[in-house]
Amino acid sequence: MKNPENLITVKNLVKTYKTGTTEVPALSDVSLTIDKGEFLAIMGASGSGKSTFMNILGCLDNPTAGTYTMEGIDVLGRSRDELAELRNRKLGFVFQSFNILPRTSALENVELPLLYNNTISPKDYGDKALDALKSVGLGDRVNAMPNELSGGQQQRVAIARSLVNDPIVIMADEPTGNLDSRTSYEIMQIFQKLNDAGITIVMVTHEPDIAQFAKTNIVFKDGKIIANEAVKERKNATEELKLIAQLSEEKSTT
Amino acid sequence: MRTFNLFKVAFRSLMRNKLRSFLIMLGIIIGVASVIAMLAIGEGSNQNIKASIASLGTNSIMVYPGNNMSGGVSQGAASNKTLRIEDVDAIKANCDLVNFVSPVDQKRAQVIYGSQNWNTTILGVTNDYLAIRSLTIAQGSTFTVNEDRTAAKVCLVGLTVVLNLFGDENYNPIGETIRINSIPVKIIGVLTKMGQNTFGQDQDDIIIAPFSTVQKRMMSSSMYINSILASGKSEGQVVDAVDEISILLREKHKIAPSDDNDFTVRTQSEISTVFGTISKVMTILLASIAGISLLVGGIGIMNIMLVSVTERTHEIGIRMAIGAKGKDILTQFMIESIVISFVGGIFGIVLGIVASQLVAKFGGWPVVITISSVLLSFLFSSAIGLFFGWYPARKAAALNPIDALRYE
Ligand SMILES: Nc1ncnc2c1ncn2[C@@H]1O[C@H](COP(=O)(O)OP(=O)(O)OP(=O)(O)O)[C@@H](O)[C@H]1O
Ligand SMILES: [Mg+2]
Repeated sequence: MKNPENLITVKNLVKTYKTGTTEVPALSDVSLTIDKGEFLAIMGASGSGKSTFMNILGCLDNPTAGTYTMEGIDVLGRSRDELAELRNRKLGFVFQSFNILPRTSALENVELPLLYNNTISPKDYGDKALDALKSVGLGDRVNAMPNELSGGQQQRVAIARSLVNDPIVIMADEPTGNLDSRTSYEIMQIFQKLNDAGITIVMVTHEPDIAQFAKTNIVFKDGKIIANEAVKERKNATEELKLIAQLSEEKSTT
Repeated sequence: MRTFNLFKVAFRSLMRNKLRSFLIMLGIIIGVASVIAMLAIGEGSNQNIKASIASLGTNSIMVYPGNNMSGGVSQGAASNKTLRIEDVDAIKANCDLVNFVSPVDQKRAQVIYGSQNWNTTILGVTNDYLAIRSLTIAQGSTFTVNEDRTAAKVCLVGLTVVLNLFGDENYNPIGETIRINSIPVKIIGVLTKMGQNTFGQDQDDIIIAPFSTVQKRMMSSSMYINSILASGKSEGQVVDAVDEISILLREKHKIAPSDDNDFTVRTQSEISTVFGTISKVMTILLASIAGISLLVGGIGIMNIMLVSVTERTHEIGIRMAIGAKGKDILTQFMIESIVISFVGGIFGIVLGIVASQLVAKFGGWPVVITISSVLLSFLFSSAIGLFFGWYPARKAAALNPIDALRYE
């Protein structure tokens, strides 16, 4: 029996990296179900297999063994081209190192996934990209080059890019890893807004306070999930930001 | 992905990496330009040599003293004295296939007119020589048979000689008397301008006098002649005419059947084959130099591609993560390479043509640009550009997206 709310189901995932003669086990027997509308934070020590897991979920890498279904359809049996299409239409990616194209304007970066999507008419490219940039609060920097943007702004461009094809899941590997806490909260504010709009979010993070913005936290250790629990006192990014603003105001007035 | 989008992506990528695009283009430009210029120079000299040889008269036959089969061109002819004026008379009398025949004596001499003096070539020939070489008289007239027989002190002069003795090419020297090796000789005609031949010789720097005049009055020995110039009645009969002359001369020189000829008979076409071979060798030499520069250009392209491959692989990773298929990536790179090769090729062709024209203008060297050299260099350099653009892309596109993203 499949739960209709199940978006992603992985069973007994194993990933072993081979480097020369040595084999590095990165994932051993990972099973997990992610529901539609979930906001999942993946925690764990460095080297515990979080990124490996994310990359497999994002169809960027193949597991050594195991099964993976998305919306009830087997993912692992699909061809490279089908997976590319899946990533384009259903997934959005946000990386720790932003991974936006250098010397390419914010708008053109955001437009990129549209170019690989045949279902969208070229005359809509500009509008869609602009909408996505506006939704992350960069409506006034559309023509800026990456080197003219702060880290937080670059990450927003990346988020806008991940949004532009109306994905069902956003996969974010340490999206706030290179940002200060205030900027991180702003990113979390965007994520919570997207999540409220129905987009499932899977996010890797090292920082426990960032994980508090998610709905569910899982913890990896040595390639296994050792904890999976709902967040008890979930934080709201908008309120946290207000708090920070108040604090800094008080500081500057005293 | 839509074709239009592929072009858009490719153009954006080229514009994003202007310096890299330009450097790759430069490799192609230099490669194409050098091939075109080199081949143009080679082909130019080739055709020029052919034209000069043809100007000797297509049916002409040369007889040299001595037997020298090696290399095809008579060497050290002057040291062999076997040809006499009687041989010329015999050929004229007996060879049916021979149209014209003239003895040729040639020497350098000092020519004086008033206070001017000039060192030039004196040719002693009969009127047949003028017919064979298609030489014509611009002013005055050529010498008569009687003048030839009596070793009359008359001559025809080339324009360079006129210029150097009289100070002006347009001066009419007919009737003037000049001194050749202190012998006074009257100018009775001026030769039509011929210009330079392939080897840079000024063909107008010449004085032509009746054979007997030169033989009797100017040569140290009056027994032997330098060479004989004859012509076949038609192009098809030249080979038979050569046989006729050879048989006749063997008979006259009393050569035993087992002995070699003491003279050498060459046709114009044999000589042109020899020079054709020489010029072909030169063309090959130039082409290999051009090929090397094309290769160096290719290696330059390869270097730039290799250096940028990390950056490009990362870009490919990003594109694949957001939904680019392998063929989208490959097509993008192909379009980039084609655009670079094409634009570079066009610039290369223009530069090659300009360079060739400059060589022609300032080097005084003939150039001929052939369509095939343009096509060859264009295709070859495009192939290099395409390959070095496509190969790293193909490798990157075959990676897992995550490996491409991580590539360092
Ligand atoms: N491409 C690779 N080749 C070989 N081993 C790898 C590769 N990628 C990861 N590993 C190994 O797999 C294990 C899990 O790595 P992974 O990147 O998933 O950890 P992580 O939990 O994301 O760590 P971090 O928090 O530092 O990002 C590590 O031991 C790592 O050394
Ligand atoms: Mg990681």
